[in-house]
Amino acid sequence: MIRDITIGQYYPTDSVLHSLDPRVKFIGTMVFIISLFAADSWAGYILATFFLAGIILASKVPFGFMVKGLRPIVLLLMITIFFNVLFTPGEVLWGFSIIKITKEGLILGAKMGIRLIYLIIGSSVMTLTTTPNQLTDGLERLLSPLNKIKVPVHEIAMMMSIALRFIPILLEETDKIMKAQTARGADFESGGLIQKVKSMVPLLVPLFVSAFRRANDLALAMEARCYHGGSGRTQMKPLRYGQNDVIAYVLLAVYLVLGIILRNFVGM
Amino acid sequence: MSIKLENVTYTYSPGTAYEMHALKDINLEIPQGQFIGVIGHTGSGKSTLIQHFNGLIKPTSGTVLFEGEDIWKEGYPLKQLRSQVGLVFQYPEHQLFETDVLADVCFGPKNQGLSEEECKERAIEALEHVGLAQKYFERSPFELSGGQKRRAAIAGVLAMNPKVLVLDEPTAGLDPKGRDDILEQISFLHQTRNITIILVSHSMEDIAKYVERIIVMNDGEKCLDDTPKEVFSHYKELEKMGLAAPQITYIMHALKERGMPVDVSAITVDEAKVSILQALAGDKGLESSSEETKTSITQSIEK
Repeated sequence: MIRDITIGQYYPTDSVLHSLDPRVKFIGTMVFIISLFAADSWAGYILATFFLAGIILASKVPFGFMVKGLRPIVLLLMITIFFNVLFTPGEVLWGFSIIKITKEGLILGAKMGIRLIYLIIGSSVMTLTTTPNQLTDGLERLLSPLNKIKVPVHEIAMMMSIALRFIPILLEETDKIMKAQTARGADFESGGLIQKVKSMVPLLVPLFVSAFRRANDLALAMEARCYHGGSGRTQMKPLRYGQNDVIAYVLLAVYLVLGIILRNFVGM
Repeated sequence: MSIKLENVTYTYSPGTAYEMHALKDINLEIPQGQFIGVIGHTGSGKSTLIQHFNGLIKPTSGTVLFEGEDIWKEGYPLKQLRSQVGLVFQYPEHQLFETDVLADVCFGPKNQGLSEEECKERAIEALEHVGLAQKYFERSPFELSGGQKRRAAIAGVLAMNPKVLVLDEPTAGLDPKGRDDILEQISFLHQTRNITIILVSHSMEDIAKYVERIIVMNDGEKCLDDTPKEVFSHYKELEKMGLAAPQITYIMHALKERGMPVDVSAITVDEAKVSILQALAGDKGLESSSEETKTSITQSIEK
């Protein structure tokens, strides 16, 4: 049961997008998100659609898998569109006392809907094509200028990597402990709220003890290999830009320029 | 018939990129009171198999029967099943959580709905059976040593008085004395309480010493299911699966090849000793040299 949760939902294939430097993908995602909110005209949204479609094709991730990420926010989506459609003032198309469907409302609702959907899919492409460790490496490099103002960028990135590394381990431990206690007759399902909270004790106590034990062991292991923090530390796989990354940056720049042109010179 | 598995198949994460066929069409019958050993390479499906015995895992297809009843039929009391089929996981000390040892061992009986006094009675009895002295009862389980924690955890399952006891590598990580103690205790329980014992282990010597029947798992399939002597006589097949026969069996085969008329089906050191001494006693032709060989062989076996 718990095994089926894939964290960050990385989808392993080999595509151009998978092999890009994570920094390019970070910046690309941000550019895309900004363009979604800056775009005001339909032309802007059409451009975004083409861009997103291209990205999705290039990622070689099955579309169905991607759309799965939308399921949790379907409710949010419905509510957003609902309120925008019904409560935006403007040219009334159909009304019943305070509940009015206006033309402006429909347009706004549609725009909001598209923005949300594209936002989610756009960010999903990032996590689907980049492993969690690549993500933290990319983030560490991008934030490294902050080192100058004494922000412990390396330590934060290391904490993130370790946390990500231990999520599957602790999930498995939780599964094991749950099974062991269930084998002794523990019941995590039945009973009222108070009962359920009480029944979590045989699960949480061993889990915490286990987590602390692992943290302790890991710290000792790292020290035994002379780990002393970030200063002067090199990497096994340093991030280096390749030809594809440069091309990707150029394409992003083109997209940005087109977006600006459409926004300022084409009103629709 | 205590436990019966009919055409049980189990697949992890079916239909995804991480799909894994852990069990393939397993058919098994376990009578009450038998002492069984389950061996297999890592990833052969042993752990998955034993979790089917007490209903922790539901088979992807196939039936699991306990005392003739399908445990997955509508309304079957699985919670009750788990107090009749006790399962001790690997490194069971990780399940300890209570403020003192006695309270932790009482957890199982409490879940069975027994009264406060009955729980305590069961707990004390179980702790005695695993050889944990009274002075430890009031201590926090986290203060105990590794071996003591292990015993407290096993007592936690024993206190439920199960009819079947399944143990997944109960001796993992223990020192030799600890291992012997635990296994002796388990054997004692088998004889006195007449419970069915299913022992998963990587130690062929332990298995050979205690079990009546061995089930060999390989890549999710049941490969061999027979008496220990039969199973270990197939030692070449076992080696191909990443397993082996007990060390003493290899010595016997080597001795036989060198011309000693020993019983190659010997799987414990005691059996081997008897057979070797017999072979030497019957060998009247080689007087003087046989005296030396006899002493040196007995000395190295004694070691």
